[in-house]
Amino acid sequence: MTRFFARVGGGVLWISEVVGELALFTWAVFTAMLRPQLDGREMWRNLHRVGVRSLPIVMVTALFAGGIAAVQVSTYVLKFRAYEVVGWGFGFVVFREMGPLLVGLMFSGRVGAHNTAELGTMKVTEQIDALRILAIDPLHYLVLPRVIAMVVMMTLLNVIGNVCALAGGMLTAYAMVGVDPWVFWNSFTEYVLLSDFWNGMVKAAAFGLAIGIYSCAFGMTVRGGAAGVGRAVNASVVAAATGIFVFDYLITAVLQ
Amino acid sequence: MAEPITVREIIADVIQQGRDTLRVGRETVYYLFRGQWNPAAVWEQLQQLGTRSLVFVLVTQGFLGAIMLLQAGFQATRILGDASLIGAQAIPLLVRQLGPTLTAMMIATRAGTAIAAEIGSMVVTEQVDALRMCNAPPVDYLIKPRLIGSIIMVPVLTIVGTAAAFFAGMAVASIVFDTNPSTYANFDVLVGLDVVEGLLKSVAFGIAIPLVAGTAGLSAYGGSEGVGEATTRAVVASSLAVIVLDFIIGSGVFLFR
Repeated sequence: MTRFFARVGGGVLWISEVVGELALFTWAVFTAMLRPQLDGREMWRNLHRVGVRSLPIVMVTALFAGGIAAVQVSTYVLKFRAYEVVGWGFGFVVFREMGPLLVGLMFSGRVGAHNTAELGTMKVTEQIDALRILAIDPLHYLVLPRVIAMVVMMTLLNVIGNVCALAGGMLTAYAMVGVDPWVFWNSFTEYVLLSDFWNGMVKAAAFGLAIGIYSCAFGMTVRGGAAGVGRAVNASVVAAATGIFVFDYLITAVLQ
Repeated sequence: MAEPITVREIIADVIQQGRDTLRVGRETVYYLFRGQWNPAAVWEQLQQLGTRSLVFVLVTQGFLGAIMLLQAGFQATRILGDASLIGAQAIPLLVRQLGPTLTAMMIATRAGTAIAAEIGSMVVTEQVDALRMCNAPPVDYLIKPRLIGSIIMVPVLTIVGTAAAFFAGMAVASIVFDTNPSTYANFDVLVGLDVVEGLLKSVAFGIAIPLVAGTAGLSAYGGSEGVGEATTRAVVASSLAVIVLDFIIGSGVFLFR
């Protein structure tokens, strides 16, 4: 019995520690952003790497996500034979919810995990301490460019993802349900509002911020060699996925 | 293997990974019938998979249910002026699509990385070679218990996660949209085929995740960086496998409907 309480208590303490550490790190990143000392070349390198690395996976994911959304929307529509609302339902679901969510989860796996592994390896091989010795603040030199790159690229990739999902959805709706692409397109442009698109974009930016901060925080606080790097990667993707869902809920509730 | 950059390199990389996964899958099936039967290892994998992912799945699926109900409810109140039917319409979608897929993606994130990191670090520290020398094939010894464990545990976690999403949705429906829980819990639209589709998907994901993640782990090379790379590849590849399988099974059932 006491062991049970010890485990529960230990779990709670551990979670509080992680959350506290993340909050402190987030605060440090935000204060650093107020007076950034960005290294231009490092910034460009990160933008390029983050964007290029995740572009193919985002495009493929979005294509299939579009297909899935079209099939699911069609299941509802089929009952009423209301083919002209397929485009609306599809655009609403994908732009607001499925696009940013799936692109975010993939982005977290591809870029976030890699980022944690990279920073973690730098930490356990004492490269970050070396930077400090050279009077270079790792927060400004390593973390800020990465966080900014992830917010910018996640937002931009969401646009590309939306376009790919639209293509996937149109194709699937045509091939499987027999919805004419023109009917689909017309109902899409007619009913889907620009606010649906912006809603998704706000989410994408928030997800990018969450992934950037969490992956850097877990990378910078790695302890204990190569095994520690593995654990940090795992913890970072888990935290990022939880953060994505929590932010998604909050933004949905606030923006309606 | 360097980071694939050009389109041709990416395609070659995907084909290579797919081929490796199929090879591991074939070997696993072979050892399922021929290899040694080790219930203790399977039991340990069941425990690991369950305890590792349970809280994570509960939290994320709970939020998923709440998000879904919010989105559907705002639309329903805007267009119909009444949110009482959202439960009936949302439950089938949850059961056949969102519940299984997002639970599986969370398991791919949580357990997939763990499988790849575990096996990958065994590879780079030459423990896998040691296994081979002891005439214990790594696929038989490492992948098979994880596959059996995951085939059983992913559907179980899917049911738990979908239930969490259902109850979180119920809470949102009653707090935000003043829908009575008994009105919300309307299973009229849910047909048996939806449940079959959801379970079918979760079993397919349960087969795919350990195979993809295990293959990524087995193909790790180099030191701790190699393990990190294998882990990253495991998350991305297994999540992608989940999405592709979801598309295939969802389309198949749709055509059958």
